[in-house]
Amino acid sequence: MFSDAWLIAAKDLRLEFRSRVGLNQVLPFALLVLILFAFALDPDRGLLEKATPGLYWVAVLFSGLLALQRSFAVESADGVSDALRLSGLDPAGIFLGKVLSVSIQLLILELMLGIGVAVLYGASISGWFLLIPTVVAATVCIAAAGTLYGVVAAGLRVRETLLPLLLLPVLAPVLIGATRAFEAALNGTPSEGWPWVGLMSVFAVVYMVAGIFGFGPLMEES
Amino acid sequence: MEPNDPNFRSGKVPVVHLRGAVALLGRFPALAGIDLDVDRQRIVLLRGPNGAGKTTLLRTLAGLLPISSGTANVLGVDLVTDRRAVRHRVGLLAHETGLYEDLTVSDNLRFWTKAAGADMADADAAMARLGLDGRLRDVTVGRLSTGQRRRTSLACLVARRPELWLLDEPHAGLDKDGRDVVDELVRDAKAAGATIILSSHELDRSIELADEIVTLSGGVAIENGGGNVL
Amino acid sequence: MTTENTGTGNVANPDPGPLSTGSRMTGVLGGLCLIALGILVLFGLFLSPADSNQGDAVRIMYVHVPSATVAYFGCFLTTVGSAIYLWKKSQWWELVAYAGAEVAALFTALTLVTGMLWGRPTWGVFWVWDARLTSTAMLLLLLLGYLAVRRIDADYEVRAKRAAIVGLLLVPNVIIVRQSVQWWRTLHQPPTLFSDGLGSKIEGLMLFSLFTGFIAITMVFVWLLIHRFRLAWLEEQRDAQGLDAAIFERRAEGVPS
Repeated sequence: MFSDAWLIAAKDLRLEFRSRVGLNQVLPFALLVLILFAFALDPDRGLLEKATPGLYWVAVLFSGLLALQRSFAVESADGVSDALRLSGLDPAGIFLGKVLSVSIQLLILELMLGIGVAVLYGASISGWFLLIPTVVAATVCIAAAGTLYGVVAAGLRVRETLLPLLLLPVLAPVLIGATRAFEAALNGTPSEGWPWVGLMSVFAVVYMVAGIFGFGPLMEES
Repeated sequence: MEPNDPNFRSGKVPVVHLRGAVALLGRFPALAGIDLDVDRQRIVLLRGPNGAGKTTLLRTLAGLLPISSGTANVLGVDLVTDRRAVRHRVGLLAHETGLYEDLTVSDNLRFWTKAAGADMADADAAMARLGLDGRLRDVTVGRLSTGQRRRTSLACLVARRPELWLLDEPHAGLDKDGRDVVDELVRDAKAAGATIILSSHELDRSIELADEIVTLSGGVAIENGGGNVL
Repeated sequence: MTTENTGTGNVANPDPGPLSTGSRMTGVLGGLCLIALGILVLFGLFLSPADSNQGDAVRIMYVHVPSATVAYFGCFLTTVGSAIYLWKKSQWWELVAYAGAEVAALFTALTLVTGMLWGRPTWGVFWVWDARLTSTAMLLLLLLGYLAVRRIDADYEVRAKRAAIVGLLLVPNVIIVRQSVQWWRTLHQPPTLFSDGLGSKIEGLMLFSLFTGFIAITMVFVWLLIHRFRLAWLEEQRDAQGLDAAIFERRAEGVPS
């Protein structure tokens, strides 16, 4: 299972490296979202600064959706899904590999967005000890749930509208939790943030387990 | 790569054995109760009009489609109960390429070969055989011509060394040299112990190649004949 | 799922099956529902007193609270039905999951509407972001996601399996969402910024009205569930029939040799 996961993750990352869709399209989209928020919320009245943690995570969620859509779009072209079924790769391994590759792309995205909010919204970053686990937990949540619901929607004609409908309500707790944890970190009250990291960890475990067992049956019958 | 059925190991049971097999595409019975027997190391040509079920038959033998009734045994595996077990032992060359368009030829070969647990040396040999080494190795698949993509898909199949080859119109999209290479590969595979089933509209060339001809129509086989009978 | 003709039909005349989703049992149940609803209206609207704080608006609670409860029960059915379908491929349970989700969605919407109707006279606004209303809105969205998957244009096995995975995760999702919304809205604020609609001292006729509300709403839920289940069953049976005819026609395509 794990060697198959490495193989898939390496393939996905190599594919991203060669096609540069993440760099050329998803990342600019993320920055664009940050800028649009500035247009929507008057930057002079301090709204942007107060809302920064939430806006950051909303931007991550929307950009993450694009990255997930892309991750599955490459598998549904040209008979690749049949070839994957015939390959003998362990479906649980394929799931883990995709989660890993999406997570890595998300982490890079989050880093860039972090620089973006520091520059564009004037946010100052502190409380690293809480920030890092929050980012890791939230990333795994988004990647695991996104990959599971991604394969539910994969291969369907309606997949582009179905995936957001399925994923965003499910990820609402992650949005709430990550935002509150960030606020706690930036306000210097980290003890309020840790319960949220715990909640996100439970979420991540639930979806990793669901994905490992559910991915195989879902890969059939496209 | 252990066959499940002890009779299979001894060669007494055919590689493919179908009796009254029905395969549904949605509600449509693409295979409507087909009977078919193929022995080991035979080259079988499937012919028939469009829509007769040739592609569906090949995909069903690969274990991709479920059998809703009847008997179906491929390589000793009962497709009705456990079709997933046969998949890594067959090689399917489909209409679609089965390649990642954003990756290069050698990326694809490496990935698909490793995924099948096969040897990288076999992948390199396959690329050489199909004229894909040299300049084409590092070209993104999206930029290749149809014929070159077909060769790449074929290379991925050859590198895996499957026991059963399922080729859906293997000559289509290839120039004369390409078609000659396909014929050579098929004959070499047979000599090495594999069984080959191919569908084709290129009847002249394929009839030369085949040991047996099966004609499909309306989801069943209406004729089984020796290759030299026309 | 192997398909079988349901009875005495042959290739030319497939068995038509039952023609409606009604039966003796649902007729009786429906009658009892009407009686229960009548009693609810009697007590809820007329015989029970108005609340000292909220006035007559409290009467909406007799529908609002039971609706929320049966909606959550419907979700529970969806998850259980999905689990059993994934485990045993039982179509019966899969249809229970589907029907449960649809009826639950209906009652969730009812909960939201009654909540908003209660909120207007009580708080002055139609919506507040308190934990319960927000969780209920999220519940509706989760159910709509499940239903969207269940209704895609594809074969039954494809629809059912994908929806079942989503349905299986429905209860865990609801739990996580409720927990996170609750922490969100109550950690920094006084625990009862907006007091629970019914307070803690409900008694007498008001309690009886609430009790009647539970009985009536639950009966309506069950009645709707049975009908929706049967309707879904009939839809799937209709789609599955005619296999023998299809095979016959398919083979007839063949060129005679």
